Amino acid sequence: MPAGKYKNMLTLTHFLILSFILFSIGVAGVLLRRNIIIVLMSLELIFNSVNISLAAFSYFMQSLSGTIFVIFNITIAAAEVAIGLAILVTVYRRRKTVYVDELDEMKG
Amino acid sequence: MLETLNINLTAILPEILLTALALCVMALDLIMRRGASRLVLGYLSIIGLLIILPVSCVSVIDGAFYGGMVKADGFSAYFNAIFIIAAIFTILISMDYLKRVNINKGEYYYIVLFATLGMMVMAASNDLVNLYVGLELMALSFYVLVAIRTASSKSVEAALKYFVLGALSSGVLLYGISFTYGVAGTTNFTEIAFQARRVTILDPYLLLAIVFIIVGFSFKIALFPFHLWSPDTYEGAPTPIAALLSVGSKAAAFAAFMRVFLVALPVYQPHWSRIFWGLSAATMLYGSVVAISQKNIVRMLAYSSIAHAGIIMIGFLVTSDMGAAGVMYYLLVYAFMNIGAFTVVTLFIRSSGRGESIRDYRGLAVRHPWLAFVMSIFLVSLAGIPPTGGFTAKFFILSSAINAQYYWLAVIGVVSTAISLFFYAKVIFYMYLSEPDALTEGTAGGAAGGADRDLPIMSSATCNIVLVAAAVGTVLLGIYPTPFIDMAIKAVKPFFLT
Repeated sequence: MPAGKYKNMLTLTHFLILSFILFSIGVAGVLLRRNIIIVLMSLELIFNSVNISLAAFSYFMQSLSGTIFVIFNITIAAAEVAIGLAILVTVYRRRKTVYVDELDEMKG
Repeated sequence: MLETLNINLTAILPEILLTALALCVMALDLIMRRGASRLVLGYLSIIGLLIILPVSCVSVIDGAFYGGMVKADGFSAYFNAIFIIAAIFTILISMDYLKRVNINKGEYYYIVLFATLGMMVMAASNDLVNLYVGLELMALSFYVLVAIRTASSKSVEAALKYFVLGALSSGVLLYGISFTYGVAGTTNFTEIAFQARRVTILDPYLLLAIVFIIVGFSFKIALFPFHLWSPDTYEGAPTPIAALLSVGSKAAAFAAFMRVFLVALPVYQPHWSRIFWGLSAATMLYGSVVAISQKNIVRMLAYSSIAHAGIIMIGFLVTSDMGAAGVMYYLLVYAFMNIGAFTVVTLFIRSSGRGESIRDYRGLAVRHPWLAFVMSIFLVSLAGIPPTGGFTAKFFILSSAINAQYYWLAVIGVVSTAISLFFYAKVIFYMYLSEPDALTEGTAGGAAGGADRDLPIMSSATCNIVLVAAAVGTVLLGIYPTPFIDMAIKAVKPFFLT
């Protein structure tokens, strides 16, 4: 088939659907999984799904501020996951577990 | 489309000074000897904050700076004052607390300063990027502060719960922000408002974005369905940090709420105010009803803080200058009375776990009449009884609701206040009219065997300063609210001109 025919088939909607799917997987992972490491990975998925939608909006609207926002997001997400892992290590040292449902010292 | 870059260093002078202070404290912490006491860092932070407080109040300049990203109006100055007062109080009570729990970490002080900086950036932001960076600076600092008692398994559990839910809420908020950007084509609040006004039909994507942004911020404020982290986090966190979390992070999130919804999305007011109506009503009732059954004083204060958030929400959703000024005034009063109450709790709490239960407050008036007296002032104010600031603040919020014809919401607010009276009065009743527990009395006096783990309550000079200042502030704001209300009304006027 000719190359030009399908060149412009990737529209904004495709990116938004991809972003939404990743976002949903991320939220479901945070809420449903018991292992904290997987929860942290799901959080990363959420942040990156947002990055996809921001970058797509930015590209299709030809506006730069979205791209700048993506750079900020990546930086913040890196800091966030560093702190998350540090907390996870402390939790593991204290409680010898990485499962959320075993962390139930406080209730009410 | 893009405004001129308009660089003005005076507009962000408080932020610059606070960053410099935090970096100085950080550098000093690095060059200090390992075992040396870090108290001097606390004093340095307080002196710095006391200098920044007047600077932040006077650096009010019209217009938007840095490409329209930053505003230095009366609104941000008012909130800066709340944040800095809260930070000073928190550091003052922390110095005593950290000595007692044997934490000698310099990072505690500068992370508190960075959290304050994040709040100030949020209140001064006029752009979604700026807002988000400020929010994350605050949230990341709080994750670390909650986990700072690494030896306590409660503290790390609280930090993990707070981190996972906080990061999830940031993600949801960010998703909403990305849709706002997609619809409006800009992240600047003023331009978003312009774009939203230009389109006459309702944009479903923007409605979706509004829902996501509300959910994201509701986590930070701990509104009803999104409050799950708050009691656990308050209980596990170091008590001074719980105080700062309940006052500072709430005030910052409300400032961000007002910037986003009153400046950027006033066109959608009928839609978002309906969502907030439900959230506010549910939060007020849930917070005050569940607080009754709490046995731990910190958890009780956490639920009371949830109920207060619901009432503050009323002033915001009625969208009048009176209501918005009421929100700001309420948050100012709340900084005094809630940190005051948390100070007494901090003094009373022991590493052994004694002092956490409300029953441990029985007979406090006999042994520590001064502490019992100030605690009663704070609780009376939290319950909203005149002549304290809590009453005046509630009065302004509820009258603004009646002015805007939100009668049912005002009724629910009054009912929730009446319910909340029960659990505040219970503590006062325990302190004054109940016989002290024989066991508590014995150990507190050092007579029983466990004297080494239950030291007698020593109110240090720093804590007494906070108690006096908070009590004076609470009463003063109750009997003479006019200048503070006027300042707040003047600060929010520009929001309602367009």
